[in-house]
Amino acid sequence: MNIHEYQAAEILKGYGIPINQGIVATTPDEVAAAAGQLGGTVVIKAQVHTGGRGKAGGVKLAHSPEEAREVGSRILGMDIRGHTVHKVLVAPGVNIAREYYLGVVIDRAARGITIMASSAGGVDIEEVARETPEKIHREAAHPFLGFHDYQARRLAFRLGIEPDLVGGFARIARQLFEAFVQSDASLAEINPLVLTADRTWLALDSKITIDDSALVRHPDLEQLRDLQEENATELEARAAGLSFVKLDGTIGCVVNGAGLSMATMDAIKRYGGEPANFLDVGGGASAEQVEKALRLVLADPNVRAVLINIFGGITRCDEVARGLLSAMDAVKPTVPFVIRLVGTNQDEGRRILADAGITVVDTMPEAAERVVAAAGAAA
Amino acid sequence: MSILVDRQTRLLVQGITGREGSFHTAQMIEYGTNVVAGVTPGGAGKTVHGVPVFNTVEEAVRETGANTSIIYVPARFAPDAIYEAVDAGIALIVCITENIPTLDMVKVYHYVKQSGSRLIGPNCPGLITPGQAKVGIMPGYIHTPGPVGLVSRSGTLTYEVVHALTQAGLGQSTAVGIGGDPIIGTSFVDVLGMFEADPATRAIVMIGEIGGTDEERAAEYIKAHVSKPVVGFIAGRTAPPGKRMGHAGAIISGGQGTAAEKIAALNAAGVPVAESAQQVAELVREALG
Repeated sequence: MNIHEYQAAEILKGYGIPINQGIVATTPDEVAAAAGQLGGTVVIKAQVHTGGRGKAGGVKLAHSPEEAREVGSRILGMDIRGHTVHKVLVAPGVNIAREYYLGVVIDRAARGITIMASSAGGVDIEEVARETPEKIHREAAHPFLGFHDYQARRLAFRLGIEPDLVGGFARIARQLFEAFVQSDASLAEINPLVLTADRTWLALDSKITIDDSALVRHPDLEQLRDLQEENATELEARAAGLSFVKLDGTIGCVVNGAGLSMATMDAIKRYGGEPANFLDVGGGASAEQVEKALRLVLADPNVRAVLINIFGGITRCDEVARGLLSAMDAVKPTVPFVIRLVGTNQDEGRRILADAGITVVDTMPEAAERVVAAAGAAA
Repeated sequence: MSILVDRQTRLLVQGITGREGSFHTAQMIEYGTNVVAGVTPGGAGKTVHGVPVFNTVEEAVRETGANTSIIYVPARFAPDAIYEAVDAGIALIVCITENIPTLDMVKVYHYVKQSGSRLIGPNCPGLITPGQAKVGIMPGYIHTPGPVGLVSRSGTLTYEVVHALTQAGLGQSTAVGIGGDPIIGTSFVDVLGMFEADPATRAIVMIGEIGGTDEERAAEYIKAHVSKPVVGFIAGRTAPPGKRMGHAGAIISGGQGTAAEKIAALNAAGVPVAESAQQVAELVREALG
């Protein structure tokens, strides 16, 4: 789960990290009031769940409440990579001497947690990793003992930080690691972590991503979910226990299993179509789940045809077929659909569907080809 | 021959009195798996489908000589179940459970690794040696004994490929579902090494998907250490970046983990990558000559 910058900053503050305390505003008047309260130059930052805010014009300075109001009215409502800006963070301007990057991530290859730091702060770290990988320094946390003080200091020394500033940097690195672990994060980063002109450390921008599988034990963090940032259909799918991702194409997909669902999307693409979604109804493909899935997929006005691809394993094809019929009967799809049903008792399953006048195709390539043709004809 | 499970497997089911545990215990027994014990804390003295239930794994091992465990307990209890199996000396632990937090898996992975036990999964369908033992939730009947070893991050997509192989007359030595999570106990490389050493396996099918770099590492390993023919299949060519595609581990992040990179790495290692399950079967047939 993604959260906003201002929410991440509040979490980090709770672990003792010095943050550049700002004020959240949702209207130009609130932006002006916040600027007046903070005084002097302020920075106004769009709060959206996407990167590249600066390049998109979502981060601007203002030198007076009047200017802040004007800037706020431009940023609020702006579209940044498909995300509408509903909130901005108004924060004090900072006199920056140096900028660093500090991040904690899951390192899948090492099966562990890695702490990364770079003197190339304030820019996209993925770009740094691609172009100047030598500028990124890493420390691996011990799986049982965590991140040692000496490792935090070693990062600071590698970055060339002066001895009198090493302690402060190392403390923030340890606090960030602690915040990461306690929040069950998959990413926690401060970018930039700045050294101000008066030689103090300040987290200027931060980002935290929470592990979805761990949210059950963090009801407080679940509260940070911003429903405006999430696709309505994806939210509905989650509530129904379905795994769903909205895509831009015209062919709806109802599949059991995540891998098979991805493979189905790939097959559609190969035959010249574009999938409208990823959807996993779960390995079992129960009638109830299939019905919910069909409703979700058909709610998308872009969908011109639907491919139902089920591998009946433990849930036999005859059960799946009966479930499909009741789901079809309940939903009454108005677009053409193609069904592929393979697995245990497939002949019986296909006979049940054939008796209802529904033809079942045999292979995935055949199913993909047919559904692409059907979507084209329906266009 | 085969790998990991066979007629010598003496299976223990952790969470045997739960709905999933009980259902799949019946399915595994029906397939012919030697299920010797179940564990549910407080369930001692019961039997489930004729299988005796114990309070602890330690007791179950002492009383029945169980050497393999399969775990069906909910995510919040699953890491503890794995630790219990490790501490009781179970050699092979198969964890079906989905949604175990990643940070729990960091500890579990390294604890298991230090112990000498092997963990398959979590978030996996388990594994099967056709005609000998089914330790998982896959439909047994689609499998048939033969020379093809399968290793996969997926569930139903694996069934799909197995089904296509069986229909093409190509049986399987062992099919291993290693799981769809970002951190799993056993990787492609581990299983490839076992298939390479297994005399019954003459060709290998590797089914990967977007996310992480385990397929790339497998490609390097194949180039250096695998003499048997390998056929690849990668799901998620059309997956958008930054979106989790069902499996917690199936996500392209920071531009890493795309299907294109994985296919390129496998091709560079001399591994042909199929575009459909049927094509997997064709390529395996060609490789076996």
